[in-house]
Amino acid sequence: MSMFGGNNKKEVPGISSGSLSDIVFMLLFFFMVTTQMRETENKVQVKVPEASEVTKLERKDLSSYINIGTPIKSLQAQYGTDARIQLNDSFKSKEDIRDFVASEREAMKEEDRPLMTVCIRADQDVRMGIITDVKQELRRCSALKIMYSARKPSE
Amino acid sequence: MSKKKTPGLNTSSTADIAFLLLCYFLMTTTMGSQTGLSRRLPPIPDSKQQVEDQKINRRNIIVVRINSADKVLAGSEGIELAFLKDKIKEFLDNPNNDPNLPEKEVKEIEGFKAVPVSKGVISLQNDRGTSYAKYIAVQNELVKAVNELRDEFSMANFGKPYGRLSEEEQGWVKKAVPQNISEAEPKDVNASTR
Repeated sequence: MSMFGGNNKKEVPGISSGSLSDIVFMLLFFFMVTTQMRETENKVQVKVPEASEVTKLERKDLSSYINIGTPIKSLQAQYGTDARIQLNDSFKSKEDIRDFVASEREAMKEEDRPLMTVCIRADQDVRMGIITDVKQELRRCSALKIMYSARKPSE
Repeated sequence: MSKKKTPGLNTSSTADIAFLLLCYFLMTTTMGSQTGLSRRLPPIPDSKQQVEDQKINRRNIIVVRINSADKVLAGSEGIELAFLKDKIKEFLDNPNNDPNLPEKEVKEIEGFKAVPVSKGVISLQNDRGTSYAKYIAVQNELVKAVNELRDEFSMANFGKPYGRLSEEEQGWVKKAVPQNISEAEPKDVNASTR
C-alpha cells in the first residue's frame, strides 16, 4: 500500500511547452512553401469541367487567368445571370482582353514573354460562343499558348 | 554582483505569434496546382496561308463537329463519345494502310531512327451553342487517343510506357506521334449537322 500512498504529495511535472512554437513554425513553413498567394477574388462562379488527361501547368508565374462564368449570387442582382468575363478583379468585355494581355506581358521578363500561357478558367455550363470570342481575341493579340483549365475526375 | 543571473526570456508567446502567422497564411493562400489541357492556338492566317491550308489532302483530315445540341459528328456520321477515341486512334494509326485514311511519311528523327509519321490532322469545330463541358470532354477524348498511341509506340520501341521514358525519348515519341488538333475558325456548324 505504501507504494501508492507514500508519494501523494509529489507534484506531477507540467508538460513542457517550449517545443510547441517549433512545431507551429514547422507547420507555418510547410504552408508557406506549398501554397501560393491568392491573387484575385472570384466574382464569377467557376466549376471547371472534368478531364482525365490533364497536365500540370509548368510555370505558374508565367500564366494569367481569364475567368468565365455566371456572376456570384451576391452580384447577380447587379450584373444578371449571363456568363461574364472576369479579368483581374472586375468584369470586363472581350474587347478588354487585348489590354489585359498587353499589361500581363509587360509585367513579365523579356525572355519569359514567349512562354506566357493564358489559362482559361471557364465554368462547365457556359456556352462555347463566349469562349470562341475569347479565343479569337487571344489569337488577335498573338497569345497563342492557352490552357483549358480542368480537373481530374474524382474517383 | 556577477553571480546574479539574467532572467530568461519568456518564450511562451512565440507559439501564439507563430499561430497567428500560420492563420494568416492559411487564409490568404491557395493550395493545389492548376491543371488543364494545353493547346496552341493557330495564328491569324494571312491570305498566303489559306492557299496552303487547302492543299491538305482530303484523306488526311478528319472533322469532328459538335453542334448546339451537344451531338458529336466525326467524319460524316454521328458518333457516341465513347467510340470517338477508337475512331481517332484508327484514323491516326491507319494500321492496314487504308487509302481512305491518312498517309504516312517516313521521317528521320534526330538521334533516333526513321519512323513512319502519320500526316493526319484532327479538325475540331464547334457551334456557339455547344456547352463547354461537352467541348472539353471531346478534347479530352482526342488527347486520350493520342496519348494511347504514344504509349503503344513507346511500348513497342522502348518496352516502357510513355510516362517512364526519359525526357529525350519522350521528345522522340512526340515527334513520331504528333498531336495535330486544329481548332478551326469559328463558324456556324449547326446548319450542316442537322
